[in-house]
Parts: sequence; C-alpha cells; structure tokens
Amino acid sequence: MTVAEQRVEQALPPVRPQSVDWLPYVLLLPTVVFLAVFFVYPMLQAFVLSFRSPDGALTVRYFQAMFRDTYFSSALRNSFLLTALIIPLQIFLALVIALLINTRFHGHAWFLFICAIPLGISDLAAGLIWSSFFTERGYLNLILQNLGVIEQPITFLTFERPAWLYGAIVATEVWRATAIVMVILVAGLQLIPKDYFETADVFGASGWRKLRHVTLPLLRPALQTALIIRTILAFQLFATVIVMAGRIVPVMAGEAYFQYGLYRNINLASAYAVVIMVMSMAITVLYLWLLRTKEAEAGRG
Amino acid sequence: MSAPGRKALLAALVVLISAWVLFPILVIALASFTTRTQLYAWPRSLLPSPFSIETMRFFFQSQGVLQALLNSLLVAALTIVLAVAIGAPAGYALSRFHFGGKEAFRLGILGTKMFPATILAVPLAVSFINWNLYDTLLGVALVHTALALPFAVVITTSVFVGVPFELEEAAMTLGCSRGQAFWRVAMPIAIPGLAAAAIFTFVLSWNEVFAATILTLRNRTLPALVMNAVGLAGAPIDYRFAGGFFMIIPAIIIIFVIRRYLLTLWGITVR
Amino acid sequence: MADIQLERVRKMFGKVQAVADVSLAIREGEFMVLLGPSGCGKTTLLRCLAGLERVDEGRILIGGDDVTDRPPGKRGIAMVFQSYAVFPHMTVFDNIAFGLRMQRAAAGEIQRRVDEGAQLLQIQQLLARYPAQLSGGQRQRVAVARAIVMRPRVLLMDEPLSNLDALLRLQMRSELKRLHHDVRSTTVYVTHDQVEALSLGDRISVMKDGRIVQCDTPDRVYDVPATQFVGSFIGSPPMNFLEGVLRASDGAVVVETGGVRLPFPRVPARAAAHVLIGIRPEHVTVDRTPEPGGIPATVVVVEPIGPQKLLTLQAGTSTLKVTTPVEFAVQQGQGVWLRFDPSRIRLMDPRTGDAIVS
Repeated sequence: MTVAEQRVEQALPPVRPQSVDWLPYVLLLPTVVFLAVFFVYPMLQAFVLSFRSPDGALTVRYFQAMFRDTYFSSALRNSFLLTALIIPLQIFLALVIALLINTRFHGHAWFLFICAIPLGISDLAAGLIWSSFFTERGYLNLILQNLGVIEQPITFLTFERPAWLYGAIVATEVWRATAIVMVILVAGLQLIPKDYFETADVFGASGWRKLRHVTLPLLRPALQTALIIRTILAFQLFATVIVMAGRIVPVMAGEAYFQYGLYRNINLASAYAVVIMVMSMAITVLYLWLLRTKEAEAGRG
Repeated sequence: MSAPGRKALLAALVVLISAWVLFPILVIALASFTTRTQLYAWPRSLLPSPFSIETMRFFFQSQGVLQALLNSLLVAALTIVLAVAIGAPAGYALSRFHFGGKEAFRLGILGTKMFPATILAVPLAVSFINWNLYDTLLGVALVHTALALPFAVVITTSVFVGVPFELEEAAMTLGCSRGQAFWRVAMPIAIPGLAAAAIFTFVLSWNEVFAATILTLRNRTLPALVMNAVGLAGAPIDYRFAGGFFMIIPAIIIIFVIRRYLLTLWGITVR
Repeated sequence: MADIQLERVRKMFGKVQAVADVSLAIREGEFMVLLGPSGCGKTTLLRCLAGLERVDEGRILIGGDDVTDRPPGKRGIAMVFQSYAVFPHMTVFDNIAFGLRMQRAAAGEIQRRVDEGAQLLQIQQLLARYPAQLSGGQRQRVAVARAIVMRPRVLLMDEPLSNLDALLRLQMRSELKRLHHDVRSTTVYVTHDQVEALSLGDRISVMKDGRIVQCDTPDRVYDVPATQFVGSFIGSPPMNFLEGVLRASDGAVVVETGGVRLPFPRVPARAAAHVLIGIRPEHVTVDRTPEPGGIPATVVVVEPIGPQKLLTLQAGTSTLKVTTPVEFAVQQGQGVWLRFDPSRIRLMDPRTGDAIVS
C-alpha cells in the first residue's frame, strides 16, 4: 500500500482562521496601566509643574529662579563631583571582590554573604551608621583618643573641613552601594563559560592578560548595566548627604526635597526633578553610546 | 608572584574587605547598646560598659516611632501583594508567549529601572492631593509598587521560564483548562521564586526614603520619620544611632536567610 | 478505545509547513508508529492530535467525534511526553491520580485505578516518593502509568524512550509491547528510531517534510519501501542503491549494472531506462571468485561488528554495505564479486525516488 491508497478524496474543508491570542495582552495590561499612571504620568506632570505658573500660562520663571538660586550651582556641582568620585571606586572595589569570589576559595560563600550585607541597607541607614563613626562623639574620635593621638574630639564633619565632608559621604556611599555592583559582576562572571579561561590557559596567558583580554570584555554587558544604574542613582544621592552634612553640601535631590518640604514651592521642586530626569537620560545615552561604539570596534555583534 | 605569596595576598584582601564591611555595623551596634549618658561622655572607652538597651528603648519610645514601624510593615506588606499580583501575570506572559510589542515592553521595563523615586515623588505629591491619596499608607504603597514592579516582572519572568511549559501541557491533556493547569502546576512550582520576589520587594519598600518622606505628613513610615527627625529637626545622636541600627536589622536577617538565592535573584535582573 | 481519522491536516509555523496535507486512518486498538527524521513533522502531527497545536486546515475525528476544535482535556486522549513531564511538586501517587482527580472520581475508585496502574508498570513501591528521588526510567514509568489509568480512547506517546540509556531502552521497549498487548488501547507513537518502529508498530507511517511517505506494516515497509528515502531510512545498515539500466533482452527483462546483467523476475509497471537498484545488505552474497551474475567490487573497509562482518564495498561509482558471516575471510583492497537475490531487488526511479511498482 502506498500513500495514494490512503488518501481520502474529499472536498477541501474551510481554512481555519488563526485566532489572535489576546491572552498575553490581558496579562500585561495591569502592569502597563500601573506603570503608565505611576511612572509616565508623574514624569509628564513634573514637566508641566515646572513650566506652568498658577494662572496656567507657560513660563520659564521657575527655571530662572532655580538657576539663580545660590544652592543650585553648588548642588549641581556637588552631585557631579560626588558621582565622579564614587563610581570609579565602586566599580574597582566591586571588581576586586567579584574576582576574589570567583576564585572560589575556601569560605567564599561566607565572604559573598558578608559583602552582600549592605544590599539591605538604605542610604539613610548607611548615613546614620557612618555618622556614628565621624561625628564629634563618634568612634573615629574615640579610637584616636584611646590611641593617645588627641585629647579633645575633632569636629570632622563641618564646613571648615570640606575634604572630610566629601570624603565621609563618598566613603559611606561606596561602602553601601558597592554590594549592588558586586552582585551584578559576580553573576556576570558566573555566566562566562569556563572554556574561555581554559583556552586562555592552554595558550599560556598569564593572570593579568586573562583579565584584560578574556574576563573584562566578556563582562562588558554586566558592567554596562551596573554603570548606568549606579551612575544615575549616585547622581540622586539624598539621605546620606543630609544625614552627614545637612545642607552644607547641597545636592540636587536634597534641593528638591527642601524646596518641597521646607519652602513648599512645588514648582521649583518640580524644576529640580526635571533637571535630574534630563541628567539621568543624558547619562544613559552617553553610556550606551560610549560602550556600544567600543563593542562595534571589538567586532562583536 | 609565587603561589604562597599569591595566596597570602588573597587572604589579606579578603580579611581586609570583610573587616571594612563589618566594622561600621559593629560600631553602630556598639553605639546602640551604650547608655545615653555614656554616648555623650568624653573621654570614654571603646566598648560600652555596661551593655544597655537604654538607647534602643529611648528610640522606640520617641514620638511616633512605634507607629511608624507599624506603618512601614503595613506599606511593605501592601507593596508585596500589589507588586506580585500585578507583576506575576506579566512575568508569565513574557515567559510563555511571543507577541507583537514584546521587545518594546521589555525595554520599557528596563527603562523604568533607571528613574527612581526622586522624580516621581514630587509631581505625585500634587496628584495625590487631588486623588485623596496624600498622606496615606496606600499612596506610599502604590509608589513603592511602581518602583518594585520592574523587578517583580523580571524576576517572575525568570521564574516561569524555569517551569517547563510541558508540565502545563501535560496537565491540560489530563483534563485541565489553561487556567487550571497554571494554578495547579505552574504556580506551586513557582512559589519559591515568587517568595524571592516578595523578599526583594520587602527590602525595597522598607528602605525607601525619598518618596515616603515627601508623600506623608502624619502617617509616616519609619525612614520618613527618621529622615524628618534628622534632616529638619536635628535629632540627637542617641536617636540616630539606635534608629540606624534598628533599620538595618531586618535587612541583615533577610540577607542571611536568602543568601543562597542571592545570585539567582540578581543573576536574572542583570539581563 | 477508539479509531482515529485525520483528514487533510495542515499546520504551518510562520512560513514553515510542518504538516502538509496529511490524511490517515488508524484502527481501534492499533499501535501506529509515526517514524521519521528530525523535522519531518511527526511530533507536530502528534501534538495536533492531542490538541496542543491548532490545525490550520483539516479535521480530526476520534471515535467518530469531530475533536478538531476541542481542547486537549476534552478529546479522550492521554499523552506521554518525551521529557515525561512528571509534576515535581507531587508524589508519584498524586501524579498518577492527577487526571482522575480532575475528573472528580471517587476516592476509592482513584485508589483502585492508581494501584492497578502502578502494578502494571511495576512501581507500587514508589508511590510515596517524589520525582526528584526517582531515576529517569522510573519517572518514565510514572508518566506512562499516569496516562494509562485515564483509560483514554487514544494513547499518545512522544519519543518516550529517547532519554533512556540503551539497555533500559531495550527493556522498556518490550514492556511497552507487553503493555499494549494487555491493555489494547489505540496508540500513536512517535519515534526517530527505526528499530523501535519495526518492533512496536502494527503499522508504521514514515514521514518526511510534513508528509506521510508510506503507511504500512513493518514487514512491508522493510521489504517493499515506497521510496528511496524509506529504503535508506529503515534498516541498519540501510538499503543499498546502485545505478542501473532496465532493458528488454531476449524476451526477458534484465537490469544492467556494472557491466553485468541481472535477470529481473517481475515486469515493471512502466518502461524506464535508468533505474536505482535497491538491495538490502543481508540479501547480497559476496564471492571471492567470479560467479555468473556477479558484480565486481573492491573491499574498502572491513568492520567486525560482533555477530557479523560489515563490509564497505566500491562497485563502479556506487558504495555498498554488505554483511557477511564472521568466518568469511576477506581483506581490505581485495576484489570480490556480488550476487543479488533477484526476488529482493527493488527498483526506484532515480528522478523522483519513488518505487517502480511491478
């Protein structure tokens, strides 16, 4: 018997229309709606509030007031400065820790846990913790006194010692947020197949060369993600600064907070929010452009 | 570098970094268990003597702290329920279906991760007044949900990708409808992963400062309360120390409990 | 127990035609094997039968009911998946009982049927365990038990033995055959392993590129392949093919190849000049000396494979594989002569690959 004898001769049955499966869209709808109301809408609203005067006319006077405000230029400068100091330190430290963990030494699981503790610590709590160290009756003074270096406590966190102020803030934020980058990098390292390292070994690559030519390039996507997220968040540093330095070190997010909470000036607060938003987008675009160009050069699709 | 020399360097680094992480926590723990008078005393010894919970008690008895603590827990619970209830279906959809707009949605989710609280809170304060949500725990929970949703979606997507669709198909051949198959087979297997998403959301909500501060007046969460006390009223150091220490306790306990799943949690949010 | 009718079933995935106009009638209680290489559409066809894929065109009838638009749960089918799909969060007992519970059967009935199924598959002692504690073979039995207790009208199996190691596969194969003999359910079984197909099937549907190329009993699929593809897919080692010419000579029909004329006992249905001569390895006799009707060939490789020797030979432009008894003395590079059993020669059209029927 061949196929021909099996064939049932029949009139062609009607073609079945392929139903559009609406199920995924229904499942996504709540998320989309929620994010639209609580993300997209406020973002637009921020623009509106910062450009509209109470009588409804479009105006730039809030932005003008903001630019003229003495705190503004300091806040902008400080936000950039702090970010520029914090990010490189964080990336470097996180990389060191991630590489250490990747060697899987005896007890590396505990090391991972210890280094991950700051993940659960807010910037407010971190500020409080470190201020217990730097403050007048804090432990830095205590240690120095117990070592016989000083007699009276030194006020480290004062506007007379700007280096100490910045240093303390940077130290606190690095201590807190390095864990976030570290976890991303550790995960990224684990995704790299061992074959790459073994191949490098077979070709006689030393530790440093392996790092430069194998590890780092393969880690680039993880690094990129970490860099973008951390830079944006570092730019928005808020509670740590206020706890440790009050308004002596103005920052953008802090100014938005004070404009709203202290001066009750919602339009000016919105103007600050808008600037932060624009800066965040600019940073993202910058990173994507910088890192994407390098990827194209490296010949990876 | 010789092998033992290398090992020594590695060991030194590990010890140094561990100390760097643990030392400030130790310090604040010491401070929190020092009596109040001792905290202001100068000079004094490094270790508290005697050990006392006086400072911690002072913090708890300060105005509004107990209520704020309760508020924080309520907001966190509400956020978890909302974030998982809204985000899990989206995660399921992303894990199982191919459809138009999938990539756009994915990118959108990624994009929201880059715009945290500072920007949302200020304009939302105005909207909330209009919507009668200002100074309510529900309002704060809604904002926290918005912040947690992207993470919830990404985590649940990964969780459901890990549940083979064949299992649901098998259930369907045995008489289940699509929904029954999901509920009886996919959900139970996904629960540990959903728990991880819930824990992540808890930490996020518990620690959130900016939006909570801006959006509340009298019904404050703990971070909002402490923030105001410190930022505007200049709280004394015993308050600050005890407050700081207390706020990190739940997080540390949680990180310890889920330490094995840490990488799974973050490994999947990397993408 | 029900019969199955597939009428002009078609299924596309985007631009790829996975199942192209398949019609098939499966009898009640029959064990039908869908056999073919990867991508031939056999699994897709099975999933269409199950209701896990919606057909683009055509109809599916089970026991006379048109089930084309019905969900999997309402077709009276049960399926064993290639990966077993055993629910990891339930005990073996709960796994097997799952379908019965969905039907809201009484607790006593469930207990009885699960015990029955477990006995049939010899897993009574595993009922309280979780799948993670079981071996692959044990999980596979759970999957089969879970399907059988449903007493389905049709039992579907998607390469259930593929993930087992060779020894276990052999064992399970005979168990499945015994099971089918005891339970006698209409079974549709997908595999790419032709030995499994020959062993288990009442009939085999050989598929290629979304179509059924031949649907026949194992004997006939083996002996009278409908196309060159079927001939070379079934049998290990597969059928040999040589180029030849068909002509009339002295009032008889002969097939000429390699300068040798072989008498062809049957009259072909149509006149053809060039043909492909199909002959299975075991129907070729190897001679060390020239015999009448022997085709000259050179030995390229000699492989001892246990009970036989496998020779790879070069005859003109064609390569052949032939089996000989172990004692047959032969060396690489040696010249030999091949004789074909005339009643086993199968002719194929070199252009279309179809058999030239007598």
